[in-house]
Amino acid sequence: MSAAEVIPPAAPNVVRKTALNAVHRQMGAKMVDFNGWDMPVEYPAAIGCGIVNEHMAARTGVGIFDVSHMGDIQLAGPQALAAVQHISMNDASRLAIGQAQYSALLYPQGTFVDDVIVHRLGEDEYLLVINAGTREKDFNWARDNTRPFDCLVENLSDDYTQIAIQGPKAVDLLEKLNGNFFDFPAEPDSPFQKLRIDADFKALKFYWVTYGRTMALRGHDRLYDSKTLVARTGYTAEDGFEIYVSSDEAVSAHVWYGLLAAGKEFGAVPCGLGARNTLRLEGKLPLYGHEISDTINVWEAGLDRFCKMEKPDFIGRAALEKALERARAEGLKRTLVGLEMVDRGIARDGYKVFDDAGCEIGYVTSGSPAPFLKKNIALAYVPPDNAALGTIVKVEIRGQGVKAQVVPTPFYKRPKKA
Amino acid sequence: MSYPTDRKYTKEHEWITPDGAIGITNHAQDSLGDIVFVDLPKVGTELTAGKPFGTVESVKAVSDLFAPVSGTVTATNEELATSPEKVNKDAHGAWMLKIKIKDPSELNALLSAADYDKFVSEEAGH
Repeated sequence: MSAAEVIPPAAPNVVRKTALNAVHRQMGAKMVDFNGWDMPVEYPAAIGCGIVNEHMAARTGVGIFDVSHMGDIQLAGPQALAAVQHISMNDASRLAIGQAQYSALLYPQGTFVDDVIVHRLGEDEYLLVINAGTREKDFNWARDNTRPFDCLVENLSDDYTQIAIQGPKAVDLLEKLNGNFFDFPAEPDSPFQKLRIDADFKALKFYWVTYGRTMALRGHDRLYDSKTLVARTGYTAEDGFEIYVSSDEAVSAHVWYGLLAAGKEFGAVPCGLGARNTLRLEGKLPLYGHEISDTINVWEAGLDRFCKMEKPDFIGRAALEKALERARAEGLKRTLVGLEMVDRGIARDGYKVFDDAGCEIGYVTSGSPAPFLKKNIALAYVPPDNAALGTIVKVEIRGQGVKAQVVPTPFYKRPKKA
Repeated sequence: MSYPTDRKYTKEHEWITPDGAIGITNHAQDSLGDIVFVDLPKVGTELTAGKPFGTVESVKAVSDLFAPVSGTVTATNEELATSPEKVNKDAHGAWMLKIKIKDPSELNALLSAADYDKFVSEEAGH
């Protein structure tokens, strides 16, 4: 990708597919259009899946997700750090090589271009992992706003198949492949298949990243042998890893099926976007277009601890400074709260929220039954006056006000290891 | 999937028996996924053919239920309030409500098991 090229947004009628698309279809997944991507929402009940089972697998065993629709922007060069600092709100200067942080790209108004994970891969090399629906917007934004800096900005989104291995047993599954060729059932035309992923999974700390090596053998052929980026990150509020292998279809399918086969003893199942959404909602992890957007600022979203006002100037800082002064004087206009339904009913995205007296006060950004917590939960924007824990509000569900209560978030926190 | 021939079907994926028991089809439960909530009208409610009378919710989505024929609700399946997953396990056994059918001739306009099966496979072909 040359620096002068502008990536246009994908044409609305072009369906984009990850390298694992055929695999998802072969497994019988229910497919949906997600921001222009043809993605699995859930896998069939016949193979032990469905949103609830997939969700539970990630909470108690392992869930394996194709997240290749996520985008990857690399910034490399002498001024890469300064460039990253300029376009993101967290303090990337605090990152050691091999460390990652949650951050966001902001508009000058202090609202969100997107949220990102910034990985420091080398002395002057950073990788920004971004959302599927905002790939082109984010890349153009990053490139256009870092022109004065001496660094190369590259869109690597199509180079990788990104697979998330999530859950308390994710580390056990990956350690099983570390240093060992794992044999798994071959297709009829192939005498054997082997997968091995060498990396020190156990030692990798949460929100750290390392390079491992993935080897895939098919029959007598070496299908793949390559350096592999391994990050201990995820979007499930669970321990887990994300690995980046070649977006070659055969390699991607081999790694996918190998992980599932090796994970059998740990309860591994493939997971679709349905479970990905309920898992992140239980953990109160924001979703672009819902909890964060180009009209919601950092303070409203409650992401203060990822925004470092004391670091050198960055896009959005001045507006956030003003917003903070205003909030100190008059309070915030709205704030993100967790709701739990008290009466029967499920709050869904976009439903209106009313106070006890019947005045409209806000709206639900994400709402769903929570499969692990077995409650109906939601995130909503309401004025701070209605945000105290225990406050009773009403969510309008098909014309009826259904009682809900403001509860502490995140709804789910993973148990600390003894 | 073979659909029971003791009842009629709608293009909105409900079934109704001649004595007025109503539920959703196996195809419907499969496309909805894990069902977590069934919202049904009270006994005595008048249903109008083709009009929504309740909702069924999976983890992911909300779907309206449409009355296959007109009639008056005589019973609702209380079990589904606490165990909505019964619809996933046995869609053709888990009735949702029973109605007193106003005009039994309305049943003639509905799909037979074979016609519904064909309708579903054509829909899947798109």
